[in-house]
Amino acid sequence: MAKTLEGYISELQGTRVWRSVFRGGAGANNLRRSLAVQQNVFLHLASVKISRRSLSFRATWFLGTLSLGTFLILAITGILLMLYYHPSVPQAYADMKDLQFVVSAGVFLRNLHRWSAHAMVFLVFAHMFKVFYRGAYRSPREFNWVIGVVLLILTLLLSYTGYLLPWDQLAFWAITVGANLMSSVPVLGQKFRFLMLGGNTVNANALLRFYVLHCVILPLTAAVFLAIHFWRIRKDGGLYTGQGDSK
Amino acid sequence: MPEEGKPKPGGETTRREAFVKLGVGAACAACAGAAVFGFEFLSPNVLYEPSAVANAGKPDRYPVGSVTQDLKAGIYVIHGPEGFYSLSAVCTHLGCLTVWNADLGIVACPCHGSKFNEHGEKIDGPAPRGLPWLRVWLSDEGDLLVDRSTTVPAKQYLRT
Repeated sequence: MAKTLEGYISELQGTRVWRSVFRGGAGANNLRRSLAVQQNVFLHLASVKISRRSLSFRATWFLGTLSLGTFLILAITGILLMLYYHPSVPQAYADMKDLQFVVSAGVFLRNLHRWSAHAMVFLVFAHMFKVFYRGAYRSPREFNWVIGVVLLILTLLLSYTGYLLPWDQLAFWAITVGANLMSSVPVLGQKFRFLMLGGNTVNANALLRFYVLHCVILPLTAAVFLAIHFWRIRKDGGLYTGQGDSK
Repeated sequence: MPEEGKPKPGGETTRREAFVKLGVGAACAACAGAAVFGFEFLSPNVLYEPSAVANAGKPDRYPVGSVTQDLKAGIYVIHGPEGFYSLSAVCTHLGCLTVWNADLGIVACPCHGSKFNEHGEKIDGPAPRGLPWLRVWLSDEGDLLVDRSTTVPAKQYLRT
């Protein structure tokens, strides 16, 4: 008697190794289904149960999920680009050109990174407009709106710090202008500018600082805030659907 | 016997309260120390930036009535009828490098459209001030030196 594919899968799920990794696993009753979510480190941020309405396109236009999607694309392509990029003067510009003309699939990865970055800024804004105009920021979700504003700022900072890395004329002057904007902060402006650039002009120190901010500090901070953002959706009673919501 | 952790009557502090205060105090001191060290660490003590003093070469390179831009140094060396002077080529708006337009006889900034005349006075655009006049002097070897970090009042000419 030939076993069906489902038979093999259920046999695999019954093995000791599978059970040690996935514990209870998915199952036919509600307890097993909730355990499958609760006992998974990635899924446990989300609710065990959600309304069918919150999965519909009209509830969210999937803008939050799409923002996360671009973030993941940016993380993966960014890590790959790091393998060919030296954050030093003037090597950075040559590496960027090498990625475009010499490295296999380099131009694809670089353009994917660039276009996803543009898309992410657009999607984050669109997500916030959607939340704002549907009134989804209201109690009990006020704090998650604040986390969202922090994520918007992190998105813009990631965009800004990434802009310097090609080390071309556009990058150099954009960061010069941005750093000079910073110095108009009252009292501490000049000091901020000096610390941000690691010097008085946009130079090797500035490139290295922006690289570390862009590749390590800002993405890790964003990941922490993303985790809080998703966990708060569950804690605040699921996605806002405009129905059956108290106040 | 009073319960551990609860304030004793008469305002005395318990050992636990004193210990918590000590711990919070130590944590605050550590944070303040980390802030100071962090600030010091992030401020570079040595900068490998070009010197503020730029050498503009021999004065006879510059005919009377000429405006010469040194792109690398970010300055203009101008030989007017009254003598030599130097202007910073860095726009006072947001720090872009301006350029001398000989046909129109103006200094123009490509970033946000500020315009200046050959004396550095603002003609147009968002720049808050004119271009600063920089200190110019002759070295012992007879070269024109320009200190980009020192501004002087306008109309201070160097006669050679």
